[in-house]
Amino acid sequence: MTAQEHHSPQSFWTKYIWSQDHKVIAIQYSLTAIFVGLIALVLSTLMRLQLGFPGSFDFIDASAYYQYVTMHGMIMVVYLLTAIFLGGFGNYLIPLMVGARDMVFPFVNMLSYWFYLLAVVVLLASFFVTGGPTGAGWTLYPPQAILPGTPGSDGGIILMLISLGIFIIAATMGGLNYVTTVLQARTRGMTLMRMPLTIWGIFMATILALLAFPALFVSAIMMLFDKLLSTSFFMPAILSMGEQLGHEGGSPILFQHLFWFFGHPEVYIVALPAFGIVSDLISVHARKNIFGYRMMVWAIVVIGVLSFVVWAHHMYVSGMNPYFGYFFATTTLIIAVPTAIKVYNWVLTLWQGNIRMTVPMLFALGFVSTFTIGGLTGLFLGNVVVDLPLSDTYFVVAHFHMVMGVSPVLVIFGAIYHWYPKMTGKMLHDGLGKFHFWTTFIGTYTIFFPMHYLGVLGVPRRYYAYENYDFIPESAKDLNAFITIAAIFVALAQLVFLFNLAWSYFKGRAAGSNPWQATTLEWQTETTPPGHGNWGESIPECHRWAYDYSVPGYEQDYLPQNQPGEANA
Amino acid sequence: MAFAVVLVILVLGSVLFHFLSPWNMTPLASNWGSIDVTMLITLVITAVVFIAVNFFIAYAVIKFRHTPERKAEYEPENKKLEWWLTLGTSVGIIAMLAPGLIVYADFVNVPDDAHQIEVVGQQWSWSFRFPGQDGQLGKSAIEHISTDNSFGVDPLDEAGQDDRLLTSNTLILPVNRPVKLSLRSKDVLHNFYVPNFRVKMDSVPGQVSYQWFTPTRTGDFEILCAEYCGIGHFNMRGYIKVVEQQEYEQWLADLPTFAQSLMSEASEALSVKAKQGQEVAQKKGCMACHGFEESPAGPSWLGLYGANRTFKDSTELIADDDYLREAIVEPGATIVKGYAPIMPKLELSELEVDAVIAFIKERGNRDSDAGAQTMQKNPAEQSKSGAELAQSKGCTACHSVDGSRLVGPSWQGLYNSERSLASGETVLADDAYLKESLFKPNAKVVAGYPPVMPPSQLSSAQADALIEYIKTL
Repeated sequence: MTAQEHHSPQSFWTKYIWSQDHKVIAIQYSLTAIFVGLIALVLSTLMRLQLGFPGSFDFIDASAYYQYVTMHGMIMVVYLLTAIFLGGFGNYLIPLMVGARDMVFPFVNMLSYWFYLLAVVVLLASFFVTGGPTGAGWTLYPPQAILPGTPGSDGGIILMLISLGIFIIAATMGGLNYVTTVLQARTRGMTLMRMPLTIWGIFMATILALLAFPALFVSAIMMLFDKLLSTSFFMPAILSMGEQLGHEGGSPILFQHLFWFFGHPEVYIVALPAFGIVSDLISVHARKNIFGYRMMVWAIVVIGVLSFVVWAHHMYVSGMNPYFGYFFATTTLIIAVPTAIKVYNWVLTLWQGNIRMTVPMLFALGFVSTFTIGGLTGLFLGNVVVDLPLSDTYFVVAHFHMVMGVSPVLVIFGAIYHWYPKMTGKMLHDGLGKFHFWTTFIGTYTIFFPMHYLGVLGVPRRYYAYENYDFIPESAKDLNAFITIAAIFVALAQLVFLFNLAWSYFKGRAAGSNPWQATTLEWQTETTPPGHGNWGESIPECHRWAYDYSVPGYEQDYLPQNQPGEANA
Repeated sequence: MAFAVVLVILVLGSVLFHFLSPWNMTPLASNWGSIDVTMLITLVITAVVFIAVNFFIAYAVIKFRHTPERKAEYEPENKKLEWWLTLGTSVGIIAMLAPGLIVYADFVNVPDDAHQIEVVGQQWSWSFRFPGQDGQLGKSAIEHISTDNSFGVDPLDEAGQDDRLLTSNTLILPVNRPVKLSLRSKDVLHNFYVPNFRVKMDSVPGQVSYQWFTPTRTGDFEILCAEYCGIGHFNMRGYIKVVEQQEYEQWLADLPTFAQSLMSEASEALSVKAKQGQEVAQKKGCMACHGFEESPAGPSWLGLYGANRTFKDSTELIADDDYLREAIVEPGATIVKGYAPIMPKLELSELEVDAVIAFIKERGNRDSDAGAQTMQKNPAEQSKSGAELAQSKGCTACHSVDGSRLVGPSWQGLYNSERSLASGETVLADDAYLKESLFKPNAKVVAGYPPVMPPSQLSSAQADALIEYIKTL
């Protein structure tokens, strides 16, 4: 009797619902994340309708608009991107790629998902309380977030803060698992410097999450206290609705420091897994080793560390001591160096490659292009004095949507097209995949590239309407209408993707165990999809790094990591 | 192939878009041309990288596209190339950062000859305070804010007496003179931003932040709030008019000083004792809850002295000296029906209590006579000043005058119309209803609108003027 038979759960209930199998948990995480992501997508479309065609939709009043903005942002950043990269891909890929049978703490892993689901339920419940969900903006800046004058300043904000607290508990339980599994459960021969960059990215991102989320956790609790118990962590003596409140001595800027101490690493919690995954996609589909592997690993580590000392570049015009600006502008521009190296190494990997333009490869290259724009516009905003005119304008909106909206989402799609065959045993439909790529890539580009120019003009963000501002020309309204139409197209194109996911599951071409001829261990499983315990009789042994593509002297253009023989690295 | 073509088209299209775009920076009107230069440097460097990276990808995916007979090259790393790229990137970064930090130093260090103006943000309007002859702004605090003292200037600070106050939303500035704006907020975060001047900064409650610039040409400019401040954020408007120095000085001299504003509204014809009482009442924060208007927190002092009071236990009493003294010294003992027992016990000397009572007596009973006089003003005149008030007090951030829907109900056709309330009742929007809505905005909220309006800080006469204006719409 083998190990995995012994543990294999039998009933539907323990196999798919209360599952402790990392692969099932990964799919639970991913499906839940995609579900809330769709809600956030609909909210963004509603918000665009108001901006493109102001006043045409009666139900979108100012309250509703700000609620859409807030919930769209928070869901996308935390409940979709963070959850799907760590809880989804992290869960699925870590044990398979390092050659483990499961996560180190399967029960805690299961709890992590259920806490995540609870966080989602609490978040969505805020749509149904009196006053609706919070409309404080996703950054939830006090004092405004908890005072009347902001939509959802009663039930909405309270549920939001509670939901974030629960989410952080979930992320911590998951995160401890990922880190421990990477450090303790790698198979024989899988040294750290042989790990695929996907694992490096997820590993470093998880460490960031474990260190950064506590800052958000305490600020959520403090704000709850300010709201419910009238403490004054973030509340100075102020008026609200003409009345003097009982608060005294708190600091609104303290909240911003705590929030961005979490919030900036959060950008890299999303970006580092995306970096890792893209590195692997490009290498596999270009049939070439990733260029400068060691430099890539160091870049991930350096970016991770630096991400903790750049937070206040979100606060150049917050009223903090302006001398901070020198320090944070310098650290922020320094972080551009390892980030640029990553871009160079991706494109240099293409050089002398044998490039297959598969759907995952299209998404990966699309990412390199959008991430380049998003990264470069970051140099405007990071350079403190250039930020003065651009801060709080549509330039910022365009920048962060390019760099941490569109770019990671392209990676998520690429990764799904890439690993779906392993997860289901079926290929996703190629034609639909290409249609999905082209509409999404070109569509998002036409949404966000012109948007930068509204910011250069000085159009401020978080405005419900722009009527009667003399400095905004009529033509800006046409541009807004154009952007809205593009956004609707892109949103509709995602239906094709959903259809593809469902259709291919039943009707897709059989994938076989290694359709992309990739080297990493997850493609070397006995069965596809892998069974409980992943590896059958014995776990694979690792003999080489993850990038032995087109090695001279071999007939085959890839050497799986578990293939014995002379190791090149 | 298709990917390479699309990428090249996107790059060329982007470059073309940049040069053809009608959406450029607003015409510069301040000394911050140097910021525009740093932005241009950044643009050029990043554009080169943007074009290079995309063209490289486009070239590579065509040149190295998959063919079964070829094998990719095997090259794990190339130390030399990697170091050159790192070095080149670092040089590019320094080329952007160094000029950036040099210009930033100019922004951080305000020139010595800058004149200071205080900007006060509140939901959803701006007001401004200028130091008087002494060149110094008086201290201010939230606890001093009242109907008569909307800036919260400390009434006992000598430096504040000659400060000039501007409660309208149009700020006038002299051309070619550096100005330091000290930013303050009464409630939530705001951000003072004039696109043509380039710089912006948050105003934060509980602290003072700053920005500075020199207006370099005369003209009219728009002030925006650039930090989300709640539901009326998008309409928190203000204007700047840049004029010649001489014109500025004339305008400034016409603004009321803090001392005058207290005198003109309230302090005229008060005895010395009552004036002392006024100071005490403002200093101790009494005005935050009481004052001489309708107030949700504590009973109004208007006509209080000598009036009949009904208490929680339904007993009644005439508000005479003894009653007032007890109510001030032992606030919990005598709670008037309809109010919460929230008044704190204050440390007041006997003399101070006497002074406050004198103030309540004189000011509170004078107003009820004087009120009749303002009513005599002709309606057309009132409506004109009402229109100005609607602008300057920020009413129009949420209420349109043309029927369009903003945060609150439009004023067009409002007067004498039937309003369906959130409670299910209907009321007639007559004078009484409008006045009540000004001072107790959340008592009778119209169905479909959020209860987010702050009680207005208007005098009774100003409220009448505003209502006259609403009647004309």
